[in-house]
Amino acid sequence: MMSFISYFINGLSLGSVYAIIALGYTMVYGIAKMLNFAHGDVIMIGGYVVFTVVSTMGLGPVAGILLAVILCTVLGVVIEGVAYRPLRMASPLAVLITAIGVSYLLQNIALLVFGSNPKSFTSVVTIPALKLAEGKLTISGETIVTIISCVVIMIGLTTFIKKTRAGQAMLAVSEDKGAAQLMGINVDGTIALTFAIGSALAAIAGALLCSAYPTLTPYTGSMPGIKAFVAAVFGGIGSIPGALIGGLLLGVIENLSKAYISSQLSDAIVFAVLIVVLLVKPTGILGKKINEKV
Amino acid sequence: MKKSMKKLLSLGLAIAMAASLTACGSGKASEGTTAAGTDTKGEAQTTDAGGASGEGTFKIGGIGPISGSTAIYGQAVKNGAELAVEEINANGGINGTKIEFNFQDDENDTEKSVNAYNTLKDWGMQMLVGTVTSAPCIAVGAESTNDNMFQLTPSGSAVDCTKFENQFRVCFSDPNQGAASAQYIGENKLATKVAVIYDSSDVYSSGIHDKFISEAANQGIEITADEAFTADNNTNFSVQLQKAQDSGAELVFLPIYYSQAALILAQAKQMGYEPAFFGCDGLDGILTVENFDTALAENLMLLTPFAADAQDELTQKFVASFKEKYGETPNQFAADAYDAVYAVKAAAEKAGITADMDASAICDKLKTAMTEISINGLTGENMKWNADGEPDKAPKAIKIVNGAYTAM
Amino acid sequence: MEKSTAKKFHIDKTLRSNLITYSIVLAAFIIVQILISAGQISSLMKGLLVPLCIYSIMAISLNLTVGILGELSLGHAGFMCVGAFASSIFSISMMESIPNTGIRFFLAILVGAASAAAAGVVVGIPVLRLRGDYLAIVTLAFGEIIKNVVNVIYLGKDSAGFHFSMKNSMALNMAKDGTVILNGAQGITGTPKNSTFVIGVILTLITLLIVLNLINSRSGRAIMSVRDNRIAAESIGINITKYKLMAFTISASLAGVAGVLYSHNLSSLTATQKNFGYNQSIMILVFVVLGGIGNMRGSMIAAVLLTLLPELLRGLNAYRMLIYAIILIVMMIFNWSPKLIDFRKRYFHKNMAKKERV
Repeated sequence: MMSFISYFINGLSLGSVYAIIALGYTMVYGIAKMLNFAHGDVIMIGGYVVFTVVSTMGLGPVAGILLAVILCTVLGVVIEGVAYRPLRMASPLAVLITAIGVSYLLQNIALLVFGSNPKSFTSVVTIPALKLAEGKLTISGETIVTIISCVVIMIGLTTFIKKTRAGQAMLAVSEDKGAAQLMGINVDGTIALTFAIGSALAAIAGALLCSAYPTLTPYTGSMPGIKAFVAAVFGGIGSIPGALIGGLLLGVIENLSKAYISSQLSDAIVFAVLIVVLLVKPTGILGKKINEKV
Repeated sequence: MKKSMKKLLSLGLAIAMAASLTACGSGKASEGTTAAGTDTKGEAQTTDAGGASGEGTFKIGGIGPISGSTAIYGQAVKNGAELAVEEINANGGINGTKIEFNFQDDENDTEKSVNAYNTLKDWGMQMLVGTVTSAPCIAVGAESTNDNMFQLTPSGSAVDCTKFENQFRVCFSDPNQGAASAQYIGENKLATKVAVIYDSSDVYSSGIHDKFISEAANQGIEITADEAFTADNNTNFSVQLQKAQDSGAELVFLPIYYSQAALILAQAKQMGYEPAFFGCDGLDGILTVENFDTALAENLMLLTPFAADAQDELTQKFVASFKEKYGETPNQFAADAYDAVYAVKAAAEKAGITADMDASAICDKLKTAMTEISINGLTGENMKWNADGEPDKAPKAIKIVNGAYTAM
Repeated sequence: MEKSTAKKFHIDKTLRSNLITYSIVLAAFIIVQILISAGQISSLMKGLLVPLCIYSIMAISLNLTVGILGELSLGHAGFMCVGAFASSIFSISMMESIPNTGIRFFLAILVGAASAAAAGVVVGIPVLRLRGDYLAIVTLAFGEIIKNVVNVIYLGKDSAGFHFSMKNSMALNMAKDGTVILNGAQGITGTPKNSTFVIGVILTLITLLIVLNLINSRSGRAIMSVRDNRIAAESIGINITKYKLMAFTISASLAGVAGVLYSHNLSSLTATQKNFGYNQSIMILVFVVLGGIGNMRGSMIAAVLLTLLPELLRGLNAYRMLIYAIILIVMMIFNWSPKLIDFRKRYFHKNMAKKERV
């Protein structure tokens, strides 16, 4: 029983990282209607920035995260402006492929700048581990911080979208770009803002991901990126609470299937569950129903 | 029709662009051969033959991943081999003939590896030091046998890497390591309850794992947990460690590479699990991971042919010049590559080959010469090879004490 | 008199376009053969000939799903994986029973195509109920599942027949004379090298023939009507599921054929992220999108160019993949940006207008 709880909590921790990454995916998808495959690599860049600031320059973790957030935000906006904006009106597939190009680009830049050797990441979390049930159950500080920050970010985002003008503009753009433009909303600006927020989240996710699983290579972001994408679809892509639920579920399912079914097939099981969910609810758990127009 | 015209036009433009880029590319490569290889980052592909380039050089090729997720191993081999080539050239080459070395990227992909091999053939390669990883090595082996090209892999450890008679290797084979590890644990009574965590998607790791499991039974070792992970899921080890802990294992066997092992050690610490850890040569290099807390690796045991902290003169000299040139501590891959180049030199001198011979004639001579030589390398003293291509050397058991390797 | 000859030689537009496509392949084949016999071709190019055919077939077959059926598939490499492994197992286990290489390889191609088609049906039935990005993610999921499962299968053969396990090679419990054919993640070694450029070109032509004929057939038009307007197609009595599944299965089996060529071109076969994972699926998709969605000739040319590109960039060493990424982004923007398309139209307008007048 103790080990079950432990598997479950570790799953939640993994799931919260997925959820934060998935939030970035889902926001960009909801508003720009594109799958930003480079999102995972922005996470990796965020991780490297934190690493450089904390371990090489010797500054504190807070400074590292702040700088990572700033740089990733700039990076996100630049990527959007240079690579995606010219293709705004083109086929979504064209943007998808460009995003893949950007993903390769970021990986190879990191490979050239930081080299192929893995870096051991110093955790940005300083909270000690929580020991429960006479030391039989340990919950690491990273787990606690990841879960809390995930919830905080989600609440913050929801409030931002509901209460602010910019948030309302985002909603409007996601509903109907043309109509939003007619209402005087700056569509390009709103999309750039979305990318800025998504990339800032990616930086935070990068710091948390690398703290929980302390290694850093140019390919650190790609697999969590794909998993988070799955999580976003799982919960209903475009939906913010959906990303949270999808991420947490994915993390827990992955850990439990590793523990009780097969550690080799855990990815296959996660994907199989996704398929089943989508067959029952074709737009994900919290996804909007698509109305068919003739 | 209009539409397809447009497409064709843009594709044509792309061709032109690619062609112009290639032109730049080849220009750069030739620059690399003539300019003295002063850069340390390894941009220049062809290590300079010290002014003697052009006529009368041995052309040795190398293949391995220098981009992609396994780039660490290819990069290490490339650096180690280049260092050896430079030393040999500075000391007069092979029987007075200088060596030219050309290393090609294969991204750890079988198909790309064959492409790299063909690129090297076009360049005029006479001997191959490669490939670095096992699956590409097997694929390239089929080609090199056809061409009768001498092939010495520094680190291709799968059994089939030396399937053909033109193939030799410097490292141990996987089953060899699996059996040796089980025997070592059994004979030294390190533990009776052992958990294994291995990478089931990796040829090296699953090769050692399979042999270890079957040999463990003979050694009276009980495998309490046999847990796998895959290349797509190699950062979160909480479940595998938890299972090992719950099963009461006194020792965790890690037949994996050091990048994942570093993570496993850190996560075991996080959850407060402190068994003994035991690994193979893949763990070598763990102390050099940038920013790694070496206290985590305290008391880690590994069987490895090479230790960067060894006190013998050869190792110390190698480590010093490697650090000077590349700014990092060499790992076992670099050492294997260094030995591989020296083995080629020894065999070439024994066989008395000359630079004007073609690859096939060289191969015929080297095949016999390899079984006759004996070299004192970084990864073993008096290394000898048998006709199957296997090296004869003994692994050393090493324990990490106070953040440094110590012989056990 | 003049009029009737004109009519006689009148070939309709699609046929002419298709003939151009076939002749491009044939011309490329002939040029390469001439170069080979003249000894003017490098080993690298020689080694790349079969992969070029493989990726052309992959691009054409994926274009059937993406361009003609109109569904985004991110798991196409999974079908290639099925074809590769099934045919490799067949070839190795039939090595003694069928000594004739030609017949064995022909059968291996059929085995690869059939098994990939079977996988296509199994995947297609659930997948095709979904739409858009949800369909895409499910195909990605299936591709990953296929790759993951292949990595845990152990298959051996001894005098008593085949042994199968999903644990490890020891669990196969084989007799002494047994050999392990598929050794989990260590894959298959020793597949006979039967793929040649001639066979590759023949298979590429057959693929083109199947796909182009399908497009211009009754079924093809039905498939495209489903793509363009599902509800309208349904209302005129087109069986949507049947046509969707048909296109998807054909596409899968052609990918299986490419897989056969792949596995019989290399002596070691492992399922990794690089060759059968989503990375490969996406690479194939890049060929399709860059070459033109629904444009078979374009995707073939894009496949050839983008497979050659990283090899031609070898001189750049460490910067190779960086430059490749930049070229990919620039080409995508150049090819797809609405503004640039307008610009090009204006710029080339004069030429086009002249031609049309003539």
